[in-house]
Amino acid sequence: MVNISKSFGEIKANDNITFSVNYGEIYALLGENGAGKSTLVNMLSGVYTPDSGEIYVHDKKLRFSSPGDSIGSGIGMIHQHFKLIEIMTAAENIIIGQKRSFIIHRKKLKKTINSISEKYGFKTDPDKYIYDMSVGEKQSVEILKVLYRGADILILDEPTAVLTPQETEKLFTILKKMKEQGCAVIIITHKLHEVMEISDRVTVLRRGEVAGTVNTSETNPKELTAMMVGKAVDLSIDRPAILKDEVMLEVKDLSLIDRDGIKKLNRVSFNVKAGEILGIAGVAGSGQKELCESIQGLERRKRGEILFRGEDIARLTPRAIFERGLRISFIPEDRLGMGLVPTMNIVDNVIMKDYYLQKSLFLDREPARERAEHIVKMLNVHTPGIYHPVNQLSGGNIQKVLLGREIDANPDFLVTAYPTRGLDIGSSHLIYDELNRQKMKGVGVIYVGEDLNVLLSLCDRIMVLFEGRVIGTVDASTATKEDIGFMMLGGKEC
Amino acid sequence: MLRMSARTDCSRNEAVIIRTSAILLALSAVAVFIMLLGHNPLSVYLSMIEGAFGSGYRITETIRKAIPLIVASLGISLAFRLKFWNIGAEGQIMMGAFGATFFALNFQNLPSVILLPLMGLASIICGGIWGAIPAYFRAKFRTNETIFTLMMNYIALKWLTYLQYGPWKDPGALGFPKIPGFTENAVLPAFFGLHIGWIIAVLLIVIMHIFVNHTKRGYEINVVGESENTGRYAGMNVKFIIIYTIFLSGGLCGLAGMIEASGVNKTLSVEITRGVGYTAIITSWLSSLRAPVIAIVCILFAAMIQGGTFIQMAFQIPQSAAQILQGMILFFVLGSEFFIKYKISIINDNKAEANQ
Repeated sequence: MVNISKSFGEIKANDNITFSVNYGEIYALLGENGAGKSTLVNMLSGVYTPDSGEIYVHDKKLRFSSPGDSIGSGIGMIHQHFKLIEIMTAAENIIIGQKRSFIIHRKKLKKTINSISEKYGFKTDPDKYIYDMSVGEKQSVEILKVLYRGADILILDEPTAVLTPQETEKLFTILKKMKEQGCAVIIITHKLHEVMEISDRVTVLRRGEVAGTVNTSETNPKELTAMMVGKAVDLSIDRPAILKDEVMLEVKDLSLIDRDGIKKLNRVSFNVKAGEILGIAGVAGSGQKELCESIQGLERRKRGEILFRGEDIARLTPRAIFERGLRISFIPEDRLGMGLVPTMNIVDNVIMKDYYLQKSLFLDREPARERAEHIVKMLNVHTPGIYHPVNQLSGGNIQKVLLGREIDANPDFLVTAYPTRGLDIGSSHLIYDELNRQKMKGVGVIYVGEDLNVLLSLCDRIMVLFEGRVIGTVDASTATKEDIGFMMLGGKEC
Repeated sequence: MLRMSARTDCSRNEAVIIRTSAILLALSAVAVFIMLLGHNPLSVYLSMIEGAFGSGYRITETIRKAIPLIVASLGISLAFRLKFWNIGAEGQIMMGAFGATFFALNFQNLPSVILLPLMGLASIICGGIWGAIPAYFRAKFRTNETIFTLMMNYIALKWLTYLQYGPWKDPGALGFPKIPGFTENAVLPAFFGLHIGWIIAVLLIVIMHIFVNHTKRGYEINVVGESENTGRYAGMNVKFIIIYTIFLSGGLCGLAGMIEASGVNKTLSVEITRGVGYTAIITSWLSSLRAPVIAIVCILFAAMIQGGTFIQMAFQIPQSAAQILQGMILFFVLGSEFFIKYKISIINDNKAEANQ
């Protein structure tokens, strides 16, 4: 790609980017969120058209105007969110969109798929239905799909975001095989250790520009981070010791059956001490969301006890909990769909939880205005003003507004679900620091996370959920990623 | 090749320009239609304005038509704020008029200071209940409120038809199916040449503006309308908010029905709404649910209807021509929303290279 530029409105997503990938090499594109990685590969895969610049494949200048053009020239894109049809088998998914013939030669198809699988080391059964597959298997089908179409340039967008460590290991083995077979592999990621582990060369993007291209063997994580952020950053996360030995929240035999009759939580029991951060790990959809909402009082269809300083709050609504003087702050996973009102300004969002305490019929926004200003200053929120709608802020700043409101309420207990999802390194660390500050104040914290490295270094203990059950709780200072990954799959061999 | 991209930078001025040009485009599109009918569009348009605002009497008539439209639009805007697609204003107006008429016919001896407020209250409650029924089912069972409120319209219409042809038929009308006229004490008094409905409308605009922007209840409606989940998360009783807001929405529409029955028709008939319930959907949407804007848009719409009646007489153009104009304006303005949200740019495309 030579001198590629692309703008969205006023924003330059990519500015004069040039890079090249050789066959037989694994190439990493590294950058923070919003650095322009996805835009770049979307142009390569024909989803977007560049404003200027040229793309050469096999020394031939090409201009893609649709994903079809891109596939035709041997580029295969594996998206972060799979595009598979659940009720079809792997083989059926693989041939979707192929125009070659009207009749499907199942036998021949299976043979072709099996030979590709063998070549690269996949263990995929072509007749297995997608809905029966684990996330890792689904990803294999996605890769097989592009290989079947004859792709020899593979682009993987954040391929490990949804995988357990074991599955990641397998994926990397496959990628290395592909490299040996002469494919060009491009992986997009913001995880440094993966770049170090698997790539041959890496290009770092920063704010839509190339910050540098280096050979992986000649660099180290520190240097890469500095390139990503533009300055040296301390990557370590503190873990202050727990001050008191006082159990703040105790959950006993919590079960929950959802509207469709599916058991989301199954006799979950645990406790959190004052001044402790309890991490919750698990594959997406293992009951984390339901657990958080149960504690906060949002989920009503539950059984069991939730004792907060000895008082059972399991049957109370959020407001009833609040009225008893128990301050449970909650940072939900869905920031704009639950935590905030996207079209409202910061002031109106800040007032959301306690406006009803005002005596008058009318709404006095003055105290909220002061608090909004305080939050903007305290967390360094980048906004044109406190009367700016929150959905026009960037992801990190949106999260800061939400975190600011929840912390400013002086909580006794803080439930956070993926608080740093989508945030860049700088903002993430700001949030870890803030959580630690709350911890030092004696606040009990539940931290639902997906990055095991962060969970291991931030939390005191980590509880692993699988299909709504507690598989086990480990001490974060002694556990390893592999232990947790193993438990995330229910303790079964994957 | 044309390419569209989302824009976030559309200023209020630009939006006004885009919307105004949409209306101008609509006018020119209808101009073609008028020319096909063999008239000069410019003189037709001018005489529409003339017909709507040309004299004191015409202005009064225009405002008379605007009053129910304003009150019903305010009601609908409240429901739309909650993203509750209430298209049942028509039925709520009818039920409101029914409630008012019940008191007008059965308590003829009460003095009007008592009777009129009673009628108003009855209309609000009847219209409100008519709205709260679908709201209850939506809040409890997530039924589709669009279909539900629409169907409620037909029930209300058939109920009025039954009354008009059955129990409430005027015995003195020689078998003609009509409901008896209201006695003098059940008719809204006039003020400055027009029944006092206009004062009610002005008051409601102010109250609505304050309610939505400066009260706790109004704030809740805005939050829940944006996202029910956020409302639940903030500890609001979302179901209750939905039900009472739609009760208010239906109640306002019901009040519009009472104003029409008592102030204009001085009786109840199946034609009581004259489509106000549907036109109000258009006007509240065009005003982006803002109360002060609703007043302006409703008066313009009423002017269009009034002017339409006038050109019918002056040019022998069917009044439907004015309705076509309404439809066109709506079509163009809704279409222009696209240009407010997206920017269209032309890019040079040499696609041929890709297929070599």
